Amino acid sequence: MSNKVDALKIKKSFGSLDTIRDVTVSLEKNKFVSILGPSGCGKSTLFDIISGLEKPDSGDILINDINYTGKTGKVSYMHQKDLLLPWKTILDNTCIPLQIKGLKITQARDKANTYFNLFGLSGFENYYPNQLSGGMRQRAALLRTYLFSDDIMLLDEPFGGLDAITRRSMQLWLLKLLENFKSSILFITHSVDEAIFLSDSIYLFSKRPAFIKATFDIDIPRPRDYKTFTSARFNEIKEKIINLLQSE
Amino acid sequence: MMKKTKKFLNNLYSLLFFLILVAIWEIFSRTGTVPNYILPAPTMIIYSLFTNFNFMGRHILITIYETLTGFIISVLLGIIIAVIMDGLPFVKKVIYPLLITSQTIPIITLAPLFIIWFGYGYLPKIIIVILICFFPISVSLLQGLGSVDIELINLLKSMGAGRYQIYKIVKLPASLPSLFSGLKIAATYSIMGATVGEWVGGKDGIGVYMLRAKYSFATDKVFGAIIIITVLSICLLKLIEFIEKKSMPWVFYEKIETMGE
Ligand SMILES: Nc1ncnc2c1ncn2[C@@H]1O[C@H](COP(=O)(O)OP(=O)(O)OP(=O)(O)O)[C@@H](O)[C@H]1O
Ligand SMILES: [Mg+2]
Repeated sequence: MSNKVDALKIKKSFGSLDTIRDVTVSLEKNKFVSILGPSGCGKSTLFDIISGLEKPDSGDILINDINYTGKTGKVSYMHQKDLLLPWKTILDNTCIPLQIKGLKITQARDKANTYFNLFGLSGFENYYPNQLSGGMRQRAALLRTYLFSDDIMLLDEPFGGLDAITRRSMQLWLLKLLENFKSSILFITHSVDEAIFLSDSIYLFSKRPAFIKATFDIDIPRPRDYKTFTSARFNEIKEKIINLLQSE
Repeated sequence: MMKKTKKFLNNLYSLLFFLILVAIWEIFSRTGTVPNYILPAPTMIIYSLFTNFNFMGRHILITIYETLTGFIISVLLGIIIAVIMDGLPFVKKVIYPLLITSQTIPIITLAPLFIIWFGYGYLPKIIIVILICFFPISVSLLQGLGSVDIELINLLKSMGAGRYQIYKIVKLPASLPSLFSGLKIAATYSIMGATVGEWVGGKDGIGVYMLRAKYSFATDKVFGAIIIITVLSICLLKLIEFIEKKSMPWVFYEKIETMGE
């Protein structure tokens, strides 16, 4: 095995609330893998477990084949909310992971600054988060996540709170961005379109307590673009997934 | 814009009303309806304030000294104790109930004790200021620290941040608004604390000046002292509000509306 992440036979309940029944998820190097599932089925909980914030009741988390169950600091994790600190400027927000790693603030700023253009944030370095639109906040949060580690990234519904138009443009932007990166990404979403468009494969989760209902390999060739959404293959896969979702 | 004019008008009405009351007071005193040693006219109070100011100056400085010393010590102590209680739940469990219960003692009534213990110098006054200011500061900060968004803390944890970094990056800045609301309460009472301490026993300070004026029925001077105390309290409050604005710039920025994607 040479997976970046393996979540093996994960079980988790909160008190009497059975949340994750039995889930095994793996992420290969350089792949984009989505988790698609109904609200409240335990997707974020799985990310909490992979990132080490929560311990599973049973099961193991392997990162680069090493057991890191319950240990934090190995993968970068972008939470469902953007969680930008309102008291720090956008630049200083993106510097946080670098500061935690021990860089001086001036060094951290220099390093973070070089990515602002790529993330469509240049010109807004010294703004505070609540001065920016939702899309920009998400990009800032993504940059912060990326600066913690570009190796393995967990992205929990990064575009969940955006309006449909902004969301579509963010999907296209993320796709372009990732062409230049060597990251391996686990991605949570509610949107079937978003999952198909971005992913190499998709795990379909059941209702809570979660188990894996199906997995899909998305064989739509890359590079993809906005035409992908209307391609025949895209809609074939979409129909299959929607049928499965219907049969709950 | 509209809001600002409206606020300005409201303030103007209050000011006008206040001036009318003062004018009525002036008339009552000047016509001799109320004797001067009971209620001196506002203009007489202002006049005596100006003519006595040189003499009052030293007393004012002493009171400011006692207040600021006590206040600064309370801030340091309040922050330290709050951070310790927040970081060590066991300590909080032991101390917090005691702290809350201690607040049912009217601190002012302890003043005579402090005079017995610590004499007529500045120390007992400073202690009273500390006892009055410390509590609102530490309790507000403690509540602020306790209500920081757990997800922000988890975010930092997921990046491998240690305790110190979590405090520095998230917990302390997040609880600044609570800290400042405590500071403002403390500031409002601090001058009063020092003055009452001086009443109970002392050689100088605005409270002592007030007592002496009272003994000689110099009611205009008593009023002058009240004005000074009020102005000092307001100044301290404004100073804290100023620092608050400077240290939390993000609160006072407006959202930009036309920010493109
Ligand atoms: N720390 C916790 N303590 C108790 N219950 C929890 C905790 N965290 C999550 N839960 C519960 O576990 C269930 C799954 O939550 P989770 O956030 O993982 O769902 P989700 O799939 O991410 O949902 P959504 O799509 O709405 O984000 C929910 O019912 C939630 O209330
Ligand atoms: Mg979730």
